[in-house]
Amino acid sequence: MSVSDLLATEPKVVNVGLEGFAETLEGMGVSVVHVDWRPPAGGDARLAGLLAKLAALDQSQ
Amino acid sequence: MTAAVRALVKQNFYQDSVALMRLASEVKKLPGVQEAAAMMGTAANKIIMAEAGLETPDIGSAQPNDLVLAVRAADAAAAQAGLAKAEELLAARHTAGATAGAFRPRTLETAVKNLPGANLALISVPGEYAEAEAAKALRLGLHVLLFSDNVPADAERRLKDLAISRDLLMMGPDCGTALIGGVPLAFANVVPRGAVGIVSASGTGLQQVSCILAAAGEGVSHGIGVGGRDLSEAIDGRMTLHALRALGADPATEVLVLISKPPSPAVAGKVFQALAAAKKPAVVCFLGLAATDRPKGNKRLLFADTLEDAALAAVALRRGFPFEPRPFANDIEEVEVLAAGQAHRLRDHQIAVRGIFAGGTLAHEALLILGELAGPVASNLKRHDLTPGAAEGHAVWDLGADEFTRGRPHPMIDGTLRREFLKREGNDPSVAVVLFDVVLGHGAHSDPAGDILPGIEAARSAAERRGRRLIFVASICGTAKDPQGYLKQRETLDEAGVLLMPSNAQAVRLAALIATRGAAMRRLRAAT
Repeated sequence: MSVSDLLATEPKVVNVGLEGFAETLEGMGVSVVHVDWRPPAGGDARLAGLLAKLAALDQSQ
Repeated sequence: MTAAVRALVKQNFYQDSVALMRLASEVKKLPGVQEAAAMMGTAANKIIMAEAGLETPDIGSAQPNDLVLAVRAADAAAAQAGLAKAEELLAARHTAGATAGAFRPRTLETAVKNLPGANLALISVPGEYAEAEAAKALRLGLHVLLFSDNVPADAERRLKDLAISRDLLMMGPDCGTALIGGVPLAFANVVPRGAVGIVSASGTGLQQVSCILAAAGEGVSHGIGVGGRDLSEAIDGRMTLHALRALGADPATEVLVLISKPPSPAVAGKVFQALAAAKKPAVVCFLGLAATDRPKGNKRLLFADTLEDAALAAVALRRGFPFEPRPFANDIEEVEVLAAGQAHRLRDHQIAVRGIFAGGTLAHEALLILGELAGPVASNLKRHDLTPGAAEGHAVWDLGADEFTRGRPHPMIDGTLRREFLKREGNDPSVAVVLFDVVLGHGAHSDPAGDILPGIEAARSAAERRGRRLIFVASICGTAKDPQGYLKQRETLDEAGVLLMPSNAQAVRLAALIATRGAAMRRLRAAT
C-alpha cells in the first residue's frame, strides 16, 4: 500500500528482532506478528550476504 | 577465595539482545554473583565477555548462532546457582508474555501470509543483517521502520531508493521512534492524535516535540522518523522529502514540523522547496543552526531554536497567533529568584554543570544551550573518547551513544550507568548542578525516576559528606497517558528534591542560571 494509504489506515505490523516491541504492540491491541528470527546461514555473515543477494534477484523477477 | 566462572552454551538458540540483557540483569542480583552475561556467541560478544572476566573453553568454541550463558561468582556454588537461574528465566520466556503460544513464523514471507493486510515491518535485527531484512520487507510491499543501527550509508541509500520507487516509507536506520496512525512504534510516547505532522531525524527529538504538543492540548497526526543521516549529503534528504510530500497530501495533517541537525546546504534548498510545495504552515528546527545562517522565514514558515520552541511554534500556527519564544514558562523574575536561592546553597568553588542524558538529542540540545549561556562545555558528543572524570568545567554526557552501549542496555531501559555517573559527580568538588532527562513511553524503563533515584541519593550523600550541597535539575519527556504514570514519576523526583522543568531547554537554562550565579541572565534577556 502507498504511503498515503498507510497514513489513512492503521499499522498492521510484522516484528522482526526485539520481541519486546511485539509484546508492547499486542498490549495496545495493535495487529502484530512476531517473526521467530535468527541470523541466516547459521550466523556466517559473508554467506548471509550472498544469500541476501540471491534473494534480491529472486524477488525482483 | 578465587572467583569461579561457569558457562553454558545452548546451540542454535537465538534470543534478542534486549531480552538477554534483562536476563543477565536478573542473574546479577543473586548473592555472590559478580558478573553475568547472556549473549549470542559472536566474536564481538566473546571479546565483551572476556573483558568482563567471563572466559571458558566452552565460550571460546561457541558459534554466532549459539546462546552463551556465563556467570562469575564468589564461589562455584554461587556460579552454578546463577546458571540455573539463567536457564529458568530462559525457559519462562517462551511460556509467558503476550506473544506466548501465538503463531511464530520463522520468516517475513510467512509472517506476511499469516497477517492479512500487514503493511509495516518493524526491524531491529543486528546491523549486519538489517539491509537484507529491510530489502525483503520493502519488496513484499511493506513499509519499514528500521530500528537497527550500524547500517552503512550505501545500504541506506539503496534501501531508501527501493522504498521511494514503490512509494513506501523506509524510516531509519537507527530510527528509535515513530507514530503512525496514532500508534507508538518502537520507543514512543502515548500521544493524542491531532493535526501536527512531524518529520524527524531524531528519536528523542520527536518524543520531546510530541510530548510538549500533548501538554499544550494539541496532537500528532503522524510522526515519521527518517534516521539521523537522512539530511546528510550522502543520503540527500531522500526520505525527508518523501515524508514531507506524504504529509503535505495527508488530510489529517494541518501543520508540519521538521526536526533535524542542520542539513547540508544542497539538501536544505530541496527541503525548503518541499515545504513550500506542501502549502501548509510549517516549523523547522535545525538544532544548532546559527541564527545568521537561517533563511528568512515567513508567516507560514517558522524557525525554532529548540525542540520546545518547535512544538510551541506549531501550537501558535494551529491557533493563529504569533509565536514569541520565551526562555521560561514562568515569569523570568520568578525563575531568577529561584535560581538565586539555589545558588546560595553552593560553595564558591562549585561552578560546573554536569549533564547526564539518556536521550541523544536532548543531550545535544543541552550542549548547545549550555554552551551559549555558560561557556565551554566538554562532551562525548564532541569527543567520543572523552573519559568520565576527565572532564573539567561543564560537561554533557550522552550515555546512549555507541561508546556506552556496547554490550550494555540503552540508558532509557536501564539506569545502571547513569547511577554510576551521578555518583561520580557527587565526588567532584567543582560540580554545582547535575542535569538529566527522564524519558517515559513504551520501550523505556517501567520506572525511570525510581531507577535513577539511588544515583541521585548517592551523589547527594557523597557531596554532603564533604560539606557540599548538590543541585539536581531535570525534565520529564512524557505524557499523561504514558505507561509509567507521569504524575507518579514527577512525585518521585519532587520528593527527591529534584527541580523539575517543563522541558529540556528550560531545565538547561535553569541549570546555567544557577551555576553562573545569575550571570547567564544577561545572555538570556539578550536573546528574548
